Amino acid sequence: MCDQTFLAITFGPCDSCSENRPLMNLYIKTEPINYCSLCMEIMACQGLASGETLKSLKAESETLRKKLEEERKKLHDVELEKVAEKAEALGELNMKTRRTLKGHGNKVLCMDWCKDKRRIVSSSQDGKVIVWDAFTTNKEHAVTMPTTWVMACAYAPSGCAIACGGLDNKCSVYPLSLDKDENLAAKKKSVAMHTNYLSGCTFTNSDMQILTSSGDGTSALWDVESGQLLQSFHGHSADVLTLDLAPSETGNTFVSGGSDKKANVWDLRSGQNVQSFDTHDSDINCVKYYPSGDAFASASDDSTCRLFDLRADREVSIYSKDSIMFGAASVDFSLSGRLLFAGYNDYTINVWDVLKGTRVAILFGHENRVSSLRVSPDGTAFCSGSWDNTLRNKFLFTMTAYPGQRWANCAPPFGTPNHGQM
Amino acid sequence: MQDPDMGVKMRNQRLLITVIPHAMTGNDVIEWLIQKYNITEEEARHLGGLLVQYGYIYPLRDPRSLLLRSDDSPYRFQTPYFWTSSRWPASELDYAIYLAKKNIRKQGELVDYEKENYSILHKRINHTWDFVVMQAREQLRASKQRRKADRIVLECQEQAYWLINKPCPGAFDVLDLGPERCNVLSSRVALIEHSRRALGRNRVKSSICLESFMKYSEQYLHHDPIMSGCLPSNPWISDDTSHWTINTDMVGTPTRLRVERWSFSFMELLNDSMGRREFMIYLEKEFSAENLCFWVACEDLRHGESSKIILKVEEVYKNFLAPGAARWVNIDSKTMERTLEGIKRPHRFIMDDAQMHIYFLMKKDSYPRYLKSELYKNMLAKAIVPQETKKSVFPFMRRQRHSSPSPAMVTQATEDDGKAKGAGPTGTSSTTNSQI
Repeated sequence: MCDQTFLAITFGPCDSCSENRPLMNLYIKTEPINYCSLCMEIMACQGLASGETLKSLKAESETLRKKLEEERKKLHDVELEKVAEKAEALGELNMKTRRTLKGHGNKVLCMDWCKDKRRIVSSSQDGKVIVWDAFTTNKEHAVTMPTTWVMACAYAPSGCAIACGGLDNKCSVYPLSLDKDENLAAKKKSVAMHTNYLSGCTFTNSDMQILTSSGDGTSALWDVESGQLLQSFHGHSADVLTLDLAPSETGNTFVSGGSDKKANVWDLRSGQNVQSFDTHDSDINCVKYYPSGDAFASASDDSTCRLFDLRADREVSIYSKDSIMFGAASVDFSLSGRLLFAGYNDYTINVWDVLKGTRVAILFGHENRVSSLRVSPDGTAFCSGSWDNTLRNKFLFTMTAYPGQRWANCAPPFGTPNHGQM
Repeated sequence: MQDPDMGVKMRNQRLLITVIPHAMTGNDVIEWLIQKYNITEEEARHLGGLLVQYGYIYPLRDPRSLLLRSDDSPYRFQTPYFWTSSRWPASELDYAIYLAKKNIRKQGELVDYEKENYSILHKRINHTWDFVVMQAREQLRASKQRRKADRIVLECQEQAYWLINKPCPGAFDVLDLGPERCNVLSSRVALIEHSRRALGRNRVKSSICLESFMKYSEQYLHHDPIMSGCLPSNPWISDDTSHWTINTDMVGTPTRLRVERWSFSFMELLNDSMGRREFMIYLEKEFSAENLCFWVACEDLRHGESSKIILKVEEVYKNFLAPGAARWVNIDSKTMERTLEGIKRPHRFIMDDAQMHIYFLMKKDSYPRYLKSELYKNMLAKAIVPQETKKSVFPFMRRQRHSSPSPAMVTQATEDDGKAKGAGPTGTSSTTNSQI
């Protein structure tokens, strides 16, 4: 940029931000424009074509958005609740904690299941990543990361490696060795490199590629072997907090949610942002695909969870209740997609009927916010990790389906501060 | 940052006039919540408890214990000035004045951690310490001139506020929020482009999309263990892993549910390794096995190591695409042309078009025929429906939980055997309990 002192001839209100500042006299296609230097820089970075001003851009994007809303509405001929009326009502849901995994010294931030349906990897604030056999509650491996706040961890599809990362801005892959004396940290491989914290990571269909999302506003696909960046995805205007890979037959897309209240669907091959949904009122903390891959659910700080349909290109359901005032941190579907489990910052887990939009049950048991929640690969149970340093596996005790049955909450009694010990 | 902001709604509560004005009992709070939000008592208690923990309501009788008791212990609303959501910055100076006041008022009133904080602050802001002490004295003098009730209220308010903002070390810190999240300016130009593209999308009618959810849920209802239970029993409840052992990859006879699932969609069949195997056997009978082999090879290319891409592309070409190849696949000429062109500059996704073509070919043609074939029907007939295990007479007796070999170990074993197929049992129980 040129030295401003020579160019600032006038002082007055800026055309764009309306503040009194030294103005730079610009001419865009013989039209005089008086911008302050800050707005000028912004305009230059945005690559305005001739004849455009920030104001006109703003107006244009608003009209386009309205048009988009209208288009989406045109094909919306029925609400999900109406369609779901003929679905059978769900019976009483009775879930109990069956295993409590204790061993983290600090908040549990993230967890993932192994494909063998019983192993879990979990990461916590103090930098420890532990692999458990949840069935026996034994710890099988433990790694201490050289960073705190390990916010993302994932199990490889083969079960032979784990990936994790957090405030170190990197995603590291640790092959799981069974030699008890071997130091897992020695075999660590640094795969992803971001410019801000790592918020989520997942392996794609094999051990060879990792998809990561970061606080620097981007997501990226990496090759594990070489650490090379295969594709990066730009489009969020704030931290990307979560991502999920699509289970569709072509397996080429993933969805990410961020602090900019948007959920974006991306094409893995081209890096393009294919679809975008921005109906949330606050940060989106978690996104998960519906088992068929045609929709996804999101959990947000605005205390609601929403269901977005990809083919209809709109939000189709909101799961919220007046008495729920705290943000939702994590969601997952049951195997058939009928139930949606959501963990909240008020230490509870709410179970929603996806089709009817009603709450089926509320589960207590954690003593601090529920940070992550995943259903096991075969759907027999789900595990929730919390800031109270534990992971709890909740499994169904009985479930009967009687049409029109009244809902009843059957969680264990809440009374003393230490009720969570089971 | 979400704000549990509901102070105003609570004011409609019944007020008890005691020596302390505008107090209410814990029971009242819970009752009101139940009524207003139509929730159960347990949830109301939980919610009320959170309100106390976040400092919107404070207890009068036992201020240090931030619990909501559902009896007649008195509580009061915190003044909005002190609300957590107003995020009034709790400066060190204010805290110092508060502690000084407490100290002056009654010697020995400060608790251990408060004493520690006091001395730390004393050292840190020593230069303004006179000011601190002077302020404390002034505030105490002013409060002495108030009515007793008001004075108690103000003291309680302040104490409650500081209990939340500077909690006892080791106790719960509700203000702990995790790493900061920042926002970046958005680019209008990109937004506009994106909106333009989005307008051009093909959309499907809502009724069709939503129907599909209904169908999906119905179809998978019996396969969802949380909804319909699982046979013989849910391993997490009964501590019996037979549900897993009868569903492993290499089991002799699959379960009925598993075989049924293959008929739901082509993807289900391919995702199950046993299904894939069966399908391969069928295709071999039909002399179209090369299609599946091609698809498998393409998947391997897409998801495999970057370093082997060129090698794999060559192999695929040699085996499936070259004229006169051993397992030549029948792709339409346009796709074939495009693929052959692309092979000159091989990359991970070069086979995608061809793979898609073959996939849909199998899906439309071979797959439906397989489902009607004798092979599949026999499989279905042979499939077992496991017996539901009777619940044991003594439900408190817990079964021994056996550990299973880690998948990492299984893979190592297969590698050691030189990639012999079917090496090592998977998921069977052993009696070794590995401990770290």
